[in-house]
Amino acid sequence: MTEKLVVIGAGMASGRVIEHLIEADPDAYDITLFNAEPRGNYNRIMLSPVLSGDKTYADIVTHDDAWYAAHGVTCRFGEHVVRIDREAKLVEGQNGPVPYDKLIIATGSAPFIIPVPGKDLPGVITYRDLDDTNAMIEAAGKGGKAVVIGGGLLGLEAAAGLSERGMDVTVLHLMGHLMERQLDEAAGYLLRKDLEGRGITIRTQASTKAILGEDRAEAVLLESGETLGADLVVMAVGIRPETRLATDAGLEVARGIEVNAQMQSLTDPDIYAVGECVEFDGHLFGLVAPLYDQARVLARSLLGEPDAFVVRDTATKLKVTGCDLFSAGDFAEGEGREDIVLRDPARGIYKRLVIEDDRLVGAVMYGDTADGNWFFGLIKDETGIEEMRETLIFGPAFQGEGAADPLSAVAALPPEAEICGCNGICKGTIVQAIEGGAADLGAIRAQTKASASCGTCTGLVEQLLQVTLGDEFQMPTAQPVCGCTDLCHEDVRRLIKSRELKSQPAVWQELGWKTPNGCHVCRPAVNFYLLADWPLEHQDDPQSRFVNERKHANIQKDGTFSVVPRMWGGITNPRELRAIADAAEKYDVPTVKVTGGQRIDLLGVKGEDLPAIWADLNRAGLVSGHAYSKGLRTVKTCVGTDHCRFGTQDSTGLGIRLEQILWGSWTPHKVKLAVSGCPRNCAEATCKDVGIVCVDSGYQVGVGGAAGMDVKETERLADVATEQEAIDVTVAFVQLYRENARYLDRPYKWLAKVGLDWVRARVADPGERARLIEAFELSQSIYRKDPWAEHAKKADRFRPLADLTLEAAE
Amino acid sequence: MSWIDIGHIDEVPLHGARIVKTRAGCIALFRTAEAEVFAAADACPHKGGPLSEGIVHGQSVTCPLHNWVFDLNTGQAQGEDGRIATYPLRLEEGRILLDGAALDKRRAA
Ligand code: SRM
Ligand SMILES: Cc1cc2nc3c(=O)[nH]c(=O)nc-3n(C[C@H](O)[C@H](O)[C@H](O)COP(=O)(O)OP(=O)(O)OC[C@H]3O[C@@H](n4cnc5c(N)ncnc54)[C@H](O)[C@@H]3O)c2cc1C
Ligand code: SF4
Ligand code: FES
Repeated sequence: MTEKLVVIGAGMASGRVIEHLIEADPDAYDITLFNAEPRGNYNRIMLSPVLSGDKTYADIVTHDDAWYAAHGVTCRFGEHVVRIDREAKLVEGQNGPVPYDKLIIATGSAPFIIPVPGKDLPGVITYRDLDDTNAMIEAAGKGGKAVVIGGGLLGLEAAAGLSERGMDVTVLHLMGHLMERQLDEAAGYLLRKDLEGRGITIRTQASTKAILGEDRAEAVLLESGETLGADLVVMAVGIRPETRLATDAGLEVARGIEVNAQMQSLTDPDIYAVGECVEFDGHLFGLVAPLYDQARVLARSLLGEPDAFVVRDTATKLKVTGCDLFSAGDFAEGEGREDIVLRDPARGIYKRLVIEDDRLVGAVMYGDTADGNWFFGLIKDETGIEEMRETLIFGPAFQGEGAADPLSAVAALPPEAEICGCNGICKGTIVQAIEGGAADLGAIRAQTKASASCGTCTGLVEQLLQVTLGDEFQMPTAQPVCGCTDLCHEDVRRLIKSRELKSQPAVWQELGWKTPNGCHVCRPAVNFYLLADWPLEHQDDPQSRFVNERKHANIQKDGTFSVVPRMWGGITNPRELRAIADAAEKYDVPTVKVTGGQRIDLLGVKGEDLPAIWADLNRAGLVSGHAYSKGLRTVKTCVGTDHCRFGTQDSTGLGIRLEQILWGSWTPHKVKLAVSGCPRNCAEATCKDVGIVCVDSGYQVGVGGAAGMDVKETERLADVATEQEAIDVTVAFVQLYRENARYLDRPYKWLAKVGLDWVRARVADPGERARLIEAFELSQSIYRKDPWAEHAKKADRFRPLADLTLEAAE
Repeated sequence: MSWIDIGHIDEVPLHGARIVKTRAGCIALFRTAEAEVFAAADACPHKGGPLSEGIVHGQSVTCPLHNWVFDLNTGQAQGEDGRIATYPLRLEEGRILLDGAALDKRRAA
């Protein structure tokens, strides 16, 4: 016989209960689900990414209409439950009553509103549901000032989101440092610094006295008497369990609805409660991990299976991109407790472990939280740490057989180690799923729920995929270049050198290519390898190049091209500008744009006009900017000693000299340089493939920066005293990269494989440095020339072979 | 059949292409080997990419915009639901000849 189950509140906790019930026995209950919000269950945790614009509501829906329909759940969304009649066993919704055999109260919690004058004014918003989030997004659309009251998890996520959307945000926090419940002072300080760095103002020990305004919020008045202008006020000072229905129905309620370990109310055996609205053994709950445990227990209780809820430690993370913090356990100082602290001020890293009786009891981390789950595991399992005490703070990679491989840390985790904190999914469960055929993140999320809530464990899950599948599948580095060969890039490079293969047909033949002449994947790579190793012998093959490099212009989505002349070091003059303007007019160029690389782009040039426009530009001394090439792109400079009061060296001159030495050279991927005249770094040298920062004592040469799909700061290759040395080191580095890197690896990717130390040693060795420079010069004797000038001579190749539009029809 | 002389094979780069303008749009000539040329539509059925700018390999061409690969014998795209029109072509002592009747049919179609 099917019993009637009524659920009040369609939130994250009850959603999980219903999933468990349906999975275990779809016919056990006839379910009616009330929700005050006009929608079903969504991933409330992810409201912050919705606020910041990284996700949409559609991305975070957990159960959609089709899901409820498919599982026969009767939905009464947008309807408040107003009363529970225990006598008659009825739940009264706004639109009428429903009888129940069993009832679940899952009403979550309500934001706490500080009782100050003005709290009810329009423009004062709390942060709990999608409507609040949308209200904030709408308010942010008008810009202006926002004041967020509360510097805890919710308040800071709201502040970061609003600031991302362009509002001028101030956070008011009553206590001395941010997130004081989760962070100690040092970590709170780093968090504050990061938030301030993105333009958010933080006021600690700030107490709100009133919200001022005529018919909407206009300002916040502090106890100190100060007023802060505010177009939007967000109150995020805490939550309290939503217990009104339970209290009215005469159930036992302390701070939350009191339940036993089976999630049954203490008063009425047919009424259960789950989620943030409950109180168990004196505990309240505000994070999803324990709620999911409750949900499992409750579902089993309803099916008559024994289970009991136990309170576990929880760990906290903040979902603000760029603010990496982690906290778990108890980190208060105390008698018999010992701290281990690691700080790296330069990188903004702070880690603190609290140890008591050879057990880890608490961990706070800021800046680098990769090992968080490992520490959390030690805390929960009360693992003895005597043996690793010395190296504990360096994390799992330094324990045991000292493998520095990031994967070995994951491999070393025991099966019980928790990977996904939100859903309490341990390594064993995930590995089982992978072994059962789940081969990607999507499949693992669907089968285990790991990484499907807040998503911070995604990296770990991916590493598990790698570790587990690694045995059956080839490691990614050994992947063949493409379907034409079984060899990987590294092998092809090595064999081209050692067997002195100097042409493409030689490679196809000697290395056993399976296709007659390769494909669009391997041919550009092989052409580059040959060109880099045998500059004199190998004839560059334009037909093995992507259209941009073959045409020396970037193809546009409509089939036209862009033309970017070189502006050495970003310096130009009236004559060049006039030539560019004339060309733009003469060839009807629709768009003239200043690029991010300190030069001018003529976009929308017709393919057949290319030779003519190049010839015109050539006449004014302008040459190709190689904006299309896997080769030297731009050398950005700042004004340096020529004009700037802070300049220490001639950064513009050095940039121009470098560009004149390096231009025309082909490289595995594009190469961008910059030279800044002082550490203020106006040329943004520290995110380039090679970036030079001039200082009083000389030149700091950094390499391996990036600011595209990945963002990376350069690492120091060398500090040198003279301009000539700076040039030599740069040229040697570029040549080493040309000789060794895999095609389409930017320098930073290559460096991650070979290690900066190896590169530094090669470039520092005087003999090797000289060889590299000489090899580069030899190659440049062929390639340091303007391809436009060459191609302008072959204009007919850019025209149709024949024009049949004039032929008489038959 | 009415064969029209288009030009000499050496005017098309090896593993490259040239286009021929017709009243119904451009046709591309792909030179796949020393003495092998194919004629096919120049526009990619995906998003109109100019196939004559693609990389020619084996008897196939890869579209420069999003890498669809077309077999020049049949016009069929590898693993995609798409096909380009192909045209009869003859090589006579290095001269490339196209069939005017086939080109006209293309205009009528
Ligand atoms: C024109 C320009 C944008 C602008 O209007 O400012 C531009 C335009 C293109 N960029 Fe860029 N990038 C331009 C500066 C940049 C910068 C900024 C810089 O150089 O200071 C970056 C980030 C820095 C970096 O490279 O690390 C940048 C990172 C990228 C990337 C990502 C590279 C990476 O390794 O992460 C690509 C994709 C790629 O190369 O594979 C790309 C690719 C492209 C392509 C070539 C896309 C394509 O394949 O068609 C665009 C060609 C547009 C065209 O038809 O002309 N563009 N691109 C800039 C030309 C600068 C120049 O004068 O040469
Ligand atoms: C912005 C934000 C970020 C968060 N980030 C994290 C995080 O990173 N990690 C983490 O673990 N937790 C996070 N949380 C907390 C987490 O979302 C909650 O712990 C969880 O949603 C609580 O689940 P619940 O089912 O108890 O309540 P809820 O999910 O709030 O669901 C309760 C539902 O009941 C409905 N309801 C209430 N009263 C009635 C009534 N009388 N009649 C009908 N329906 C009613 C409500 O409308 C609501 O939809 C975050 C919360 C927010 C708001
Ligand atoms: S960011 Fe670069 S690649 Fe992307 S659209 Fe703009 S120009 Fe094109
Ligand atoms: S246009 Fe040819 S693949 Fe997209």
